[in-house]
Amino acid sequence: MRDFPLIFERSVPGRRGFGLPESDVPAQPLEELVPPQALRRRPPALPEVSELDVVRHYTRLSHRNFSIDEGFYPLGSCTMKYNPKLHEELARLPGFARLHPYTPEELAQGALQLLWELGEELRELAGMDAVTFQPAAGAHGELVGLLVIRAYFASRGEKRTRVIVPDSAHGTNPATAAMVGYEVVTVRSDARGNLDLAALEQYLDERTAALMLTNPNTLGLFEEQVDRISERVHAVGAQMYLDGANFNAMVGITRPGDQGFDVMHMNLHKTFSTPHGGGGPGAGVVAVKSHLEPFLPVPVVVRDGDRYRLDFDRPQSVGRVRAFYGNFANLVRAYAYLRTLGAEGLRAVAEHAVLHANYLRVRLAPYYEIPYQRICKHEFVASGVRQKRRDGVTTRDIAKRLLDYGFHAPTVYFPLIVEEAIMIEPTETESLQTLDAFVDAMVAIDRECREDPEKVRTAPHTTAVGRLDEVRAARQLDLRWRPA
Amino acid sequence: MYPEDYRYSSEHEWAKRENGRVRVGITRFAADRLTDVVYVELPQVGSEVRFMQPFGVVESVKAASELYAPVSGRVVEVNERLRDHPELVNQDPHGEGWMIVVEATDPSELDRLMDAQGYRRHIGEA
Ligand SMILES: Cc1ncc(COP(=O)(O)O)c(C=O)c1O
Repeated sequence: MRDFPLIFERSVPGRRGFGLPESDVPAQPLEELVPPQALRRRPPALPEVSELDVVRHYTRLSHRNFSIDEGFYPLGSCTMKYNPKLHEELARLPGFARLHPYTPEELAQGALQLLWELGEELRELAGMDAVTFQPAAGAHGELVGLLVIRAYFASRGEKRTRVIVPDSAHGTNPATAAMVGYEVVTVRSDARGNLDLAALEQYLDERTAALMLTNPNTLGLFEEQVDRISERVHAVGAQMYLDGANFNAMVGITRPGDQGFDVMHMNLHKTFSTPHGGGGPGAGVVAVKSHLEPFLPVPVVVRDGDRYRLDFDRPQSVGRVRAFYGNFANLVRAYAYLRTLGAEGLRAVAEHAVLHANYLRVRLAPYYEIPYQRICKHEFVASGVRQKRRDGVTTRDIAKRLLDYGFHAPTVYFPLIVEEAIMIEPTETESLQTLDAFVDAMVAIDRECREDPEKVRTAPHTTAVGRLDEVRAARQLDLRWRPA
Repeated sequence: MYPEDYRYSSEHEWAKRENGRVRVGITRFAADRLTDVVYVELPQVGSEVRFMQPFGVVESVKAASELYAPVSGRVVEVNERLRDHPELVNQDPHGEGWMIVVEATDPSELDRLMDAQGYRRHIGEA
């Protein structure tokens, strides 16, 4: 199956990618510099290859990847929108790219100003009072958000032990709550796909620290009772946490702070167009209302007159949660995104994201089960149950077959409350022609399910690597930490 | 398909009385929905489980789900074979794919579970 060797298999003893001239500084014996117990007895098992070997190996591997620069990527809940190339240029400006994180504040005023202004803009969009840039991704943002909530209750001498999570939530929500030491209580969704308010009320009491809600939720549906939910949650003194992974659906239109949320994280790598997946690290900015501000991680960027500085003097802070100030280059990209789009542009982002999702939802409805038939936000959840019952073809097969049509598969089997789920998020950056081509492919696959199901069951047929035996791979783990 | 002498939880575990002890597993319906099970995380013999609280995790290529104890008590046996043969859960969920045996502290908890007919209705197969 492997059609080209591992980089380790290309290794030839003694081969090097570079040559250095003789040093003009006298060499010190290693034994004098490093204590004996820290010295290797054998050289590390690194591949010995030339620069050209490395370039070819990784360029070839990269051709096996599927990326947003290559094709439509409707991966639900991930907001795989186009990342403008302009941002790459800006993030590489030497003044940003070569700035050492320990540069004294007075010599880094530009970078600090960028952070401060980005914070102001995100605060405004969120309807919140303060932000931190430190979290490295969404799940990390959740962790910071709940640590802040825990510190807030501790400062008030309140002992709250529970976090409530809907059954449609992303797995990171209950995982985060458990990591912070809370008991996780799951509440079901109702028939319209909203959090079930009556069920929620049964669990709300003074033991509750927070409700973690996603809005729009993972079914792509706006939580229609969010104001009432906030009211009930606050009535028992608990906090409203927003998983803002789906902010793309409402940015510039409605503000989480106005919906009653006390804390939220935003995935800059989703809504604010910074690369993700294999393309780059994330950035999970956390925004809070003023009563939670004292607990944010240090340092916080503040402005004094026309100067900017890092404020470490926050005695109630949960502390640092990451080295330095977050994934700074991504913050530059997000800043560029906000400044180039402006308020009008951002609103158009949300409107088009919602329009595109509804267009696909309606056009696919004759062919695929759509369990929640209502106007969706930026994404919707379809299901492969019809194909499974009728043709014995599963959602997994349909997803694999889409690869043959040149599309990345949607998110499948999530959320867990929808059987054979196919979660489709087109994003605002796709053209009508692309959306139509995707519909054509989905319709063609539905026909294949009926007429030639074996073709779908054994897909993909055109990719470099065909169907993998996922079950065997998971049951007979073949992992090692050094080459055999 | 669903043995008449078992009791069933809304979370798709079954419980079978065996002289004061209770054998526990997941139902055919749950095993089918999970698809191929690749890993089962079970408690240690001697640990305590509580009625409808998580006692372990079952993982398939599709999802990881918690296992809920259909009765409170002390774990007296766990199915060690599942460690190397998680596929037993798919092949024979109501038999060889059992997970734990519990020395029940309050066997009357089982009365709060469904019988086979109730469970079939619960999953829409009645
Ligand atoms: C709804 C939701 N919450 C949380 C997360 C976690 O975010 P991240 O992957 O940036 O850690 C995701 C990511 O996929 C998500 O879709």
